[in-house]
Amino acid sequence: MPLQENGLVINHQQVAQDMYIMEFMAPAVARECQPGQFLHVRPGNTNDPLLRRPLSIYDADQEKGSISLLYRVVGAGTSLMTGIRENDYIDIVGPLGRGFTLPAPSKTALLVGGGVGIAPLVYLGRALIQRGCQVTAMMGAANENQLVAGDRLLEIGVPFLPVTMDGSRGYPGMVTDLLVPPVYPEEIVIYTCGPEPMMAKVAEYAQRYDIWGEVSLEEHMACGVGACLGCARRLKANDEAYVKVCKDGPVFNIMDVEF
Amino acid sequence: MEKQDMDLTVNLGGIIMKNPVAVASGTFGYGREYEDYLDINGLGAVIVKGTTLEPRHGNPPVRIFETAAGMLNAIGLENPGVEVFLNQHLPYLIDKDVTVIANIAGNTIEEYAALAARLEGCKGIAGIELNISCPNVKQGGLQFGTDPVMVRDVVKTVKANTSLPVMPKLSPNVTNIVEIALAAQEGGADALSMINTLMGMAINVQTRKPVLANVFGGLSGPAIKPVALRMIYQVHQEVDLPILGGGGIMNTLDALEFMMAGATGISIGTGNFVNPRLAYDIMVGLQEYMQENQINNLNEIVGIAVQK
Ligand SMILES: Cc1cc2nc3c(=O)[nH]c(=O)nc-3n(C[C@H](O)[C@H](O)[C@H](O)COP(=O)(O)OP(=O)(O)OC[C@H]3O[C@@H](n4cnc5c(N)ncnc54)[C@H](O)[C@@H]3O)c2cc1C
Ligand SMILES: Cc1cc2nc3c(=O)[nH]c(=O)nc-3n(C[C@H](O)[C@H](O)[C@H](O)COP(=O)(O)O)c2cc1C
Ligand code: FES
Repeated sequence: MPLQENGLVINHQQVAQDMYIMEFMAPAVARECQPGQFLHVRPGNTNDPLLRRPLSIYDADQEKGSISLLYRVVGAGTSLMTGIRENDYIDIVGPLGRGFTLPAPSKTALLVGGGVGIAPLVYLGRALIQRGCQVTAMMGAANENQLVAGDRLLEIGVPFLPVTMDGSRGYPGMVTDLLVPPVYPEEIVIYTCGPEPMMAKVAEYAQRYDIWGEVSLEEHMACGVGACLGCARRLKANDEAYVKVCKDGPVFNIMDVEF
Repeated sequence: MEKQDMDLTVNLGGIIMKNPVAVASGTFGYGREYEDYLDINGLGAVIVKGTTLEPRHGNPPVRIFETAAGMLNAIGLENPGVEVFLNQHLPYLIDKDVTVIANIAGNTIEEYAALAARLEGCKGIAGIELNISCPNVKQGGLQFGTDPVMVRDVVKTVKANTSLPVMPKLSPNVTNIVEIALAAQEGGADALSMINTLMGMAINVQTRKPVLANVFGGLSGPAIKPVALRMIYQVHQEVDLPILGGGGIMNTLDALEFMMAGATGISIGTGNFVNPRLAYDIMVGLQEYMQENQINNLNEIVGIAVQK
């Protein structure tokens, strides 16, 4: 059951030029967190910015009662968040939305993340490892400095293939360049989150080889709970009805989405 | 003063609410969406999402956009239609102990009439809020709510088709709000709800296009509060109907301002998105205010700021 909680910030660090990781104690929410779900975060106590910001659960420690977010500063809300200090409180609502589906432990999971889209895949990686799945993460970023989640993935036990556009670390190019034809497609599941053109390529790959997979989508949100109908999206161009990304998603089956 | 001596009940032209705090149409779904965050039975009223005769898919995205201390929305009245509302959503609210107000919208007077007739006799509905910020397709798309004659006629028609109290929701996108309110009164309105959103827009400088797919959207939130207060004040001066006031209410002080400007009840819209428990918190805040100020009935302060 989602709820509102004031999380006590215990760690807040800049990890790249525009990227921050914030960890806070919010035991009641942490207990409920499933990979792929998000929190609706109030960036400050002001009327401007007014609305909450949706941010994925980057990691959660249910025993300790803490949750971590990985966020990129893009505008007024995330800028305001950077001023939050340790021992301050952060007002969160969550966990919200429909998260990732976990596969049978015998499966091998590919996590394909681009930029800050790696965030939900990290907590997913943790759950997959706990389940006994084989997991590999491929993460694309503009450059070495933007490859922020590698250490956390390794700590969880997820091997991690870095890809940078400028070639400053790992494979030079696009993360989707690493998607080679699978030998046993039925043994693989694929999860992706990142820029839409990247997810479109992952979806094409999954479709071509008939690989089961899921994507995490973004849409502007107001309520985050399915009440305002603001976060509408047509999954396929010819659909008449709109899904609500906050409630029906943010995670959808990769075959159900047309990019 | 003891809590049991306080009377929070309000009567909005026959719609009885156990306290003055309603949640605004389109911002609270059908109530269920917020059940994890607050005790719905603690609210004065739930005004459900705007309902049309037939299902509507609504507008393409982008549907919402944040602006300075507010937001624009162009949802396009997405809703499953009146039958699904009655069969699938209303039963949940009937099981609660809360006043339910239906909100209806149409593109012709006949549609409003048919909706009112369909709701007649339905158990669990305490009143009808009439969304008149809709284009009248027979009048070239002019909004019902911007023309006094259309306002009077649509209220009159709805009244003729229902025994429930009828509360038109006034559009602020008019030159003379008092004239519109008087027209609603002439049509037989039992109460007034004000204000609906202010028409606005935003432009994406990078793409050089309007942000909203619908181009225009309704502005809500703290940005519109001064406009809402002014209109309620003006209408309270001239019109003898109880007012459900709203527009940017974010806390108890805001709610008190609306009451002092002339609102008998208040409605929370965009504020629900920021604090999902806001309506409940404001109800508690109003009780505290009554206690601190030795007020046993909030009617004592309704319109108290208005200089007659
Ligand atoms: C389910 C979900 C999970 C997300 N997880 C993360 C995450 O883990 N880390 C991260 O850095 N970002 C994440 N995002 C994107 C993040 O919500 C936006 O970057 C953030 O809202 C920007 O707020 P701002 O005020 O800084 O930017 P502004 O551009 O000033 O925001 C203006 C408005 O647009 C909205 N908005 C802007 N960009 C986006 C976007 N991409 N998606 C949705 N709404 C947007 C804001 O919420 C705000 O209402 C996620 C988005 C969604 C929908
Ligand atoms: C997302 C959204 C959807 C809305 N949908 C409706 C609706 O269906 N019918 C209606 O009469 N008003 C609708 N409104 C208007 C609100 O009920 C309210 O009158 C308005 O937002 C002003 O109050 P606020 O500033 O507290 O939000 C909607 C507002 C928002 C923000
Ligand atoms: S954000 Fe309100 S319905 Fe999704």
